[in-house]
Amino acid sequence: MSIDTVTDLAGVVEDAAAHLYVWALKDIPQDLRDALAAARLRETSVAGKRVLETIHRNVNIADSENNLVCQDTGIAVYTCRVGEHFPLHPTRIYESLRNGTARATLEHPLRSNAVHTITRENTGPNIGYRLPIVHWEFIEDWDGLDVKCIPKGSGSENMSFLKMCIPADGVNGIKRFVLESIVGAGGKPCPPGIVGVGIGGTADYAMYLAKEAITRPVGTRNPDPLVAQLEDELYGLLNETGIGPMGLGGDVTVLQCHIEHADTHMTLNPVAVNYQCWAARRASAHISPTGETDFDREF
Amino acid sequence: MASHTVTFPVTDPQEILKLKAGDEVTVQGHIIGIRDRTQIRIFDEKVEPPMDLKGAFLLHTAPGVRKLESGKYEKVCIGTTTSARMVRFTEPLGRQYGVRAICGKGGFPDEAIAPMHELGMVYFAIVGGAAALETTQIEEIEDVMWEELMPECLWRFRVKDFGPLTVGIDAHGNSLYHDVQTRAQAKLEELFARL
Repeated sequence: MSIDTVTDLAGVVEDAAAHLYVWALKDIPQDLRDALAAARLRETSVAGKRVLETIHRNVNIADSENNLVCQDTGIAVYTCRVGEHFPLHPTRIYESLRNGTARATLEHPLRSNAVHTITRENTGPNIGYRLPIVHWEFIEDWDGLDVKCIPKGSGSENMSFLKMCIPADGVNGIKRFVLESIVGAGGKPCPPGIVGVGIGGTADYAMYLAKEAITRPVGTRNPDPLVAQLEDELYGLLNETGIGPMGLGGDVTVLQCHIEHADTHMTLNPVAVNYQCWAARRASAHISPTGETDFDREF
Repeated sequence: MASHTVTFPVTDPQEILKLKAGDEVTVQGHIIGIRDRTQIRIFDEKVEPPMDLKGAFLLHTAPGVRKLESGKYEKVCIGTTTSARMVRFTEPLGRQYGVRAICGKGGFPDEAIAPMHELGMVYFAIVGGAAALETTQIEEIEDVMWEELMPECLWRFRVKDFGPLTVGIDAHGNSLYHDVQTRAQAKLEELFARL
């Protein structure tokens, strides 16, 4: 591996990040469009129908005007699946994602949301200390890189909840907490969106899993049948709460409920909720070890 | 539920009193963009706002903009943020400055109901995230004050057919959010009993 190739690959990852960030903000995925269309057909409340009709108009205008779907350019979150034989080290991948995020912000221009958490002063073009945020997964026997960009809006991120249930609370404790959280959130996280739930692991890992859950295509099911059954059940229950689109009352409170799980300690029963708004922005790319980029790929 | 068109700033209180929770409203005229830091400066740091807020429609926003060489700002993407964080400013906005309408997304908690009732104010619910549409309804950014708070400045926008908005809280003590929460809490008890 020559130095030049590594340098080029860093540039390819930076280009991909810059493209993914803007693409995600402007062009929401087809599975989400389908879920919003189904919601629009199903909703019966007057205010709820007005909201879903406005969302439909908005998505179409974003397409025709080449504008952002939502003004909140979010906090840039990426998930990376790195093959063990991918020639660029994760430290350099991170640097490229950071550079790409900043470049997209300056060139478009995009609103910059990043601030120091104590001074609240802006720290740069959607970058800062430990920003953007990257979730890493390392894949054996593979030489590729998958990058997914999830610009995460603050309205929905503010509606994140963690409870350390006890084992005696069982699965019903999990269900109660998710239901209470979403009813309590009301219209604030821009419903109807995707409820991400993380169960098991530790406190921090449960929230990490909840974030993973919201990055899945809408309506996909966890491969574990027990978890998939819980997804179906919670999806049904959440839509009985009547919170409705933008919390104005109605039939469609959530588009989906996705759950990710990890095994846990015999004494633990953590449950985390991370909400993703209706504008569930997401864009992916696959990068080969020689720098070819495929932007149509979902992973 | 009725549909109305209201032009801001309003001078006749009846323009606000005629609106009922659940009604659909389209707004014309001028609206003022405001956010957390703008209101913290006015009320916590006690700095007089350099814009007249009498009869005003305030929008909870921090717009995405592009600064032109002339010093003017051009819209890029303008949307609306979550209102609940700013509910404590409702009463002083109405009492001290005569604000008549606050528009945001996600609603205000119940503490906004009494001051809105007393002072003849309304809360308008916009569709959060629908910024591409909202941007087309903002004709021009006419004025920007407190630029050092960018993007949380005071903004004056000229709008055309701004909406559709839903009256979330009216000036008669009614709140859709209160009603939805009351029903949802009762429903939760029913759902828990089924688990």
